[in-house]
Amino acid sequence: MPIAGSNKQILTKGLWIENPVLRHVLGICSTLAVTNLVINTLVMCAGLIFTLAMSCITVSAMRNYTPDRIRMMVQMLIISSYVIIVDILIKAYLPEISVALGPYVGLIITNCIVMGRCEAFARQNPPIPSMLDGLGTALGYSLVLLIISVVRETLGFGSIMGFTIMPDSFERWTIMIMAPGAFFMLGIFIWIVRARYPHLYEEKS
Amino acid sequence: MEISLNEISLTTLFFAAIFTNNILLTNFLGLCPHIALSRDLKSSLGLGAAVVFVTTSTSVLNHLLYYHILIPLHLEHFRFVLFIIVIASFVQLVEMIIDRYFPRLYIMLGIFLPLITVNCAILGISLFMVIRDYSLAQAMVYGAGSGIGWMLAITLVASIRDKIQSTANLPRGLEGPGITLIITGLLSLAFMAFSGMIQIQ
Repeated sequence: MPIAGSNKQILTKGLWIENPVLRHVLGICSTLAVTNLVINTLVMCAGLIFTLAMSCITVSAMRNYTPDRIRMMVQMLIISSYVIIVDILIKAYLPEISVALGPYVGLIITNCIVMGRCEAFARQNPPIPSMLDGLGTALGYSLVLLIISVVRETLGFGSIMGFTIMPDSFERWTIMIMAPGAFFMLGIFIWIVRARYPHLYEEKS
Repeated sequence: MEISLNEISLTTLFFAAIFTNNILLTNFLGLCPHIALSRDLKSSLGLGAAVVFVTTSTSVLNHLLYYHILIPLHLEHFRFVLFIIVIASFVQLVEMIIDRYFPRLYIMLGIFLPLITVNCAILGISLFMVIRDYSLAQAMVYGAGSGIGWMLAITLVASIRDKIQSTANLPRGLEGPGITLIITGLLSLAFMAFSGMIQIQ
């Protein structure tokens, strides 16, 4: 299968036009849970970017040697090896964040985006474009989640990355740091984007 | 905290997993199939039933393998690989068995089984089980409770969505995932009312 577009196009399409969260609403499970603090979201997104880019490279490099029937299993193994690396790194260098993230680092394995990009792109393309594709998708995903986490932390704690930015008179929105806040935020965010740019999501609705 | 965890009775844990610590509504797990499939009640019920069965069995299997093989060998870091392989192969095995011996059930559940492998809730339950130090019996009850809680949440959302789509006039941007997320948020808010009842963390 031919490469779809130039390297630059491959990298940028994941950011907006093919944004995994806004367009397909995929893979939010593992990261939405930690969006109540910007710092946790940053660490999770960095983990995802690393896992996705490296898994895409590896799957693509092995694409000619992997029998079709067991490719899912091979991809799973590749992805989980990278997630183990991420987990060990976070545990070693950021122990308190590792406790706060709990099981969610491990859940990057079942993040549908990782598997989805490996299946849809890396399996049929050479390593470098595959890596760019993974990188673009992961960055687009991180962008949306960071926006959500900034709003949630500002309204819920009155701070960003732990620095208080709201005046003392500001009444904190407790709901924003709890689970429903994340659902509402993402729902409203998707609504705004889809209402603003309807042509991007035409065939979907 | 660990001491109090081990004292939790099995009934408490079961109900806590369904209501106060609902895996979908408070832990955000299993959202992808939830958003994609909560369109009609029938398929949510089918998928839910399959999930309950798989979560219960895999949490027991993973518990046994983790505490009897990985811990003695000091290979705790490999739990991700182990869990995902157990889940994937268990799902495949169940699919083959059902196909061979219960063809009618296979027609009902067959298409949902492969989807379960990538359901984050299943892996999430096994990981929570390790983090919270559950005993074998607790792991089984927690797996079953979480599966039922997930099924409850997805069927509730499916029926609400069904009603809304047939009667309400939604703005175009809100159709599909947007409204599903907002319904889920409201439901999550409603389930928080249960949190005074029991608390496990």
